[in-house]
Amino acid sequence: MRLSVKSATLLTLLAFVVVAPLFFPSSFYYRVGALIFVNGLAVTGMVILTGWAGQISLGHAGFAGIGAYACALAPEHLGLHPALAVLLGAVISAVLAWLVGRPILRLKGYYLGVASLGFGILVSMVLNNERDLTRGPDGIDVADLGLRGLLKDAGLDLSNGQFWYFFCGFSLMLGAWFALNIFNSPTGRALRALHGSEIAARTVGIDVPRLKLQAFVISAVYASVAGSLLALQNKFITPDVAGFMHSVEMVTMAVLGGVSSVIGAIFGAAVLTLLPQVLTVFAEYEQLVLGLIMVLVMIFLREGVVPSFLRKFRGNEA
Amino acid sequence: MTLLSIEGLGISFGGIAAVKNVSFRVSPGEIVSVIGPNGAGKTTLFNMISGVYQPGSGKVVLNGEDVTAMSPHLLARRGMSRTFQNLQIFQTMSVLENTLAGYHLQESGPVLADLLNLPSSRRRARAAEEGARALLKRVGLERAAEREAGSLSYGSLKRLEIARAMALKPKVLLLDEPAAGCNAVETEEIDHLIAEIAASGVAILLVEHDMKMVMRISNHIVVLDHGEKIAEGDPATVSRDPAVIAAYLGAEHAAG
Amino acid sequence: MSELLQFLLSGVTVGAVYALVALGFTIIYNASDVVNFAQGEFVMLGGMITFFLHAAGAPLPLAAVIAILATAAIGVAMNKLTIEPARGAPVVSLVIITIGVSILIRGAAQLIFDKQIHTYPAFSGDDPIHILGATILPQSLWVILGAVAVFIGLWLFFTRTLLGRAVLATSNNRLAAQLVGINTTFVMTLSFALSAGIGALAGVLVTPITMVSYDVGLALALKGFAAAMLGGMGNPKGALVGGLVLGLLEGLTAGYLSSQYKDAAAFIVILAVLFFMPQGLFGRKSTDRV
Ligand SMILES: Nc1ncnc2c1ncn2[C@@H]1O[C@H](COP(=O)(O)OP(=O)(O)OP(=O)(O)O)[C@@H](O)[C@H]1O
Ligand SMILES: [Mg+2]
Repeated sequence: MRLSVKSATLLTLLAFVVVAPLFFPSSFYYRVGALIFVNGLAVTGMVILTGWAGQISLGHAGFAGIGAYACALAPEHLGLHPALAVLLGAVISAVLAWLVGRPILRLKGYYLGVASLGFGILVSMVLNNERDLTRGPDGIDVADLGLRGLLKDAGLDLSNGQFWYFFCGFSLMLGAWFALNIFNSPTGRALRALHGSEIAARTVGIDVPRLKLQAFVISAVYASVAGSLLALQNKFITPDVAGFMHSVEMVTMAVLGGVSSVIGAIFGAAVLTLLPQVLTVFAEYEQLVLGLIMVLVMIFLREGVVPSFLRKFRGNEA
Repeated sequence: MTLLSIEGLGISFGGIAAVKNVSFRVSPGEIVSVIGPNGAGKTTLFNMISGVYQPGSGKVVLNGEDVTAMSPHLLARRGMSRTFQNLQIFQTMSVLENTLAGYHLQESGPVLADLLNLPSSRRRARAAEEGARALLKRVGLERAAEREAGSLSYGSLKRLEIARAMALKPKVLLLDEPAAGCNAVETEEIDHLIAEIAASGVAILLVEHDMKMVMRISNHIVVLDHGEKIAEGDPATVSRDPAVIAAYLGAEHAAG
Repeated sequence: MSELLQFLLSGVTVGAVYALVALGFTIIYNASDVVNFAQGEFVMLGGMITFFLHAAGAPLPLAAVIAILATAAIGVAMNKLTIEPARGAPVVSLVIITIGVSILIRGAAQLIFDKQIHTYPAFSGDDPIHILGATILPQSLWVILGAVAVFIGLWLFFTRTLLGRAVLATSNNRLAAQLVGINTTFVMTLSFALSAGIGALAGVLVTPITMVSYDVGLALALKGFAAAMLGGMGNPKGALVGGLVLGLLEGLTAGYLSSQYKDAAAFIVILAVLFFMPQGLFGRKSTDRV
């Protein structure tokens, strides 16, 4: 029996989350793993937006910034539990995405690219400038999620690194499960249809701008939650999380691995998260490498590494 | 009883009129054909009726409602459905999924239900799939259901577009050259299919270059030349009309 | 009053730069439907190359000319190596490619040059000129006059020369242009050379005022795009007006509201245009063919 894409993806992720720690040379790798999962989550949102709805955002880090700073600010100023702060960040991101996306998604594809670029820059400008609230470029402390303590009381004693590794791993699996549910549902079919032929999609009754807007909002929530998880595990966050380069990283990760495949995009996230950790000179060349990857993949391997590889491997099926 | 009424429709591109002041009516169960030489404006007319282009002048009235320049997805809700001369297929999706896309209005529900894979979402999808398979059978593509649409032959894709358009359960169906590129046997099959659809009460607007087919199945024919309606009537009348003969001969001389 | 005039003058100066960037967008967009996110990098290259050549001993005018030519060559290379091979790709892929090139150029500039902020002497000294109680730097006049010269030159090129008309014809209808024997591939090359050169010129002129570093391109691209959209995508007159309006808005924002948020003006303009008049001031509607 052949596995569906959904089961295959989820099983691969599960196997990776559980088995990888057996090979970790040091506990530092729990942290690297957790970062991979967080980036994987953000990039899964890009798959929905770019891979399936065919829209491009160059400002998704802005939403990650909102999610992250919600966790830094809401517990302190509103007395919210950090878990609720994650939710608050997601709601704010969704509302902003809706407001920004609504007029723009009626227009041609590059308009969203430009508008989201501007949006991202605006968010990071606010985070840098509003020192009274955000403490500016130096960053701000983030409250503890408190879940590790609860687990400990319940008899499961994990190190901080281990806890965040598994917590982010399972969050990613949940995110991937949602995305793959969409893929096979009527909504997913409509998304792929509009990607195939927008005109035909409209004539079969698909409200194209509305559907694109839904994809944009959902992907913004993914980025926001990823930003929250990043802030919570680091217990500290700087405005860099909302910076333009972070947006570019998200796009590049998705594009490298395969922007229309969840597992592909997560693979891309893994590669580009790992690289700077193993190659210390990478920071110097980051922009060069990201730029090159974007250009080369788009010209020579438009589907991305993983789908191209799978196609070779299994013959002509997706 | 008129279902679709076209009233003085016109459009121009860069100052050149592609369609000028065209009017006619279509009733349920009727097959109205629009014929004319290449470039006469037939596809442009379809594009205006189906909301893909905004008409420069005139009106489209569907079921008593003015639907001029209405967005195609809203027209779909009101029972209009169409196929394309230059195929608009969802290439990377399977044949079944292409047909299912036609069920969008019937099967789509809250995104959240789809996200969580709720039973309601699965139920909607399952119901649509049964309908889609039945439709594929009707156009003779049931065996290709799982294949990637992009891999089908031109003639099969033409039929797939009809299946997708039928999935909307339309009141008005616009077919732009459904038999183009099909062999004699396939043309005959499409011919029967169209007659069958019309017999079930659907109003059909047809553009087709195969004159034998047009004369055989049309109730009414509208002839366009250089964007203008030059004749109209039942097949026998139109085929004897001197203006029509001149337009076609003129076109052939020019092309020849 | 003189305060207002002061803000307006500085607004016009940056506005002239945005107009040039917007013009660069427009030229490439008309020739190829590509929205070139790397447009801002051309401005950066103009400033950076001039600085380093000048620092290495080249006289300023020579350094400037070489910088403009070198940037134009980079523009042509970008077209040949990344845009031509991807012809017919969906919009999203083209956006990713041009943003990729933009980051690539940034990364390369950071490695080849450095991460410092640079400037070189103004062309005609730094003594401010007084006008009605406000002042303007001679270099600002260079920027404004440079922009005026470029727009007039291009206007003559497009209306008076055979080659210019060929470019216009291509932007109106590529297929028809091909049919009448215009080499549209060459027109694309020319467009990239022109808009990269114009971008570099803007960089050369404005660097003594605003200074330059490897990472200034992105913000400029965003503003140039905002200006182009405000004027109406694809319309050179729109680029000019859009650039000036955006520059003035920014000058007034910086003067009366907050200099920290003057960059937000561009983004607000983008959103406002998209909300209220997506066609821009002089844009025209197009009908996609089915
Ligand atoms: N979007 C558009 N922009 C500019 N011109 C157009 C557009 N759509 C159609 N035209 C022009 O309108 C005229 C009519 O074209 P149309 O496609 O409607 O003809 P047709 O009758 O369908 O021809 P055929 O039998 O070849 O399909 C042609 O001259 C065509 O070039
Ligand atoms: Mg036609």
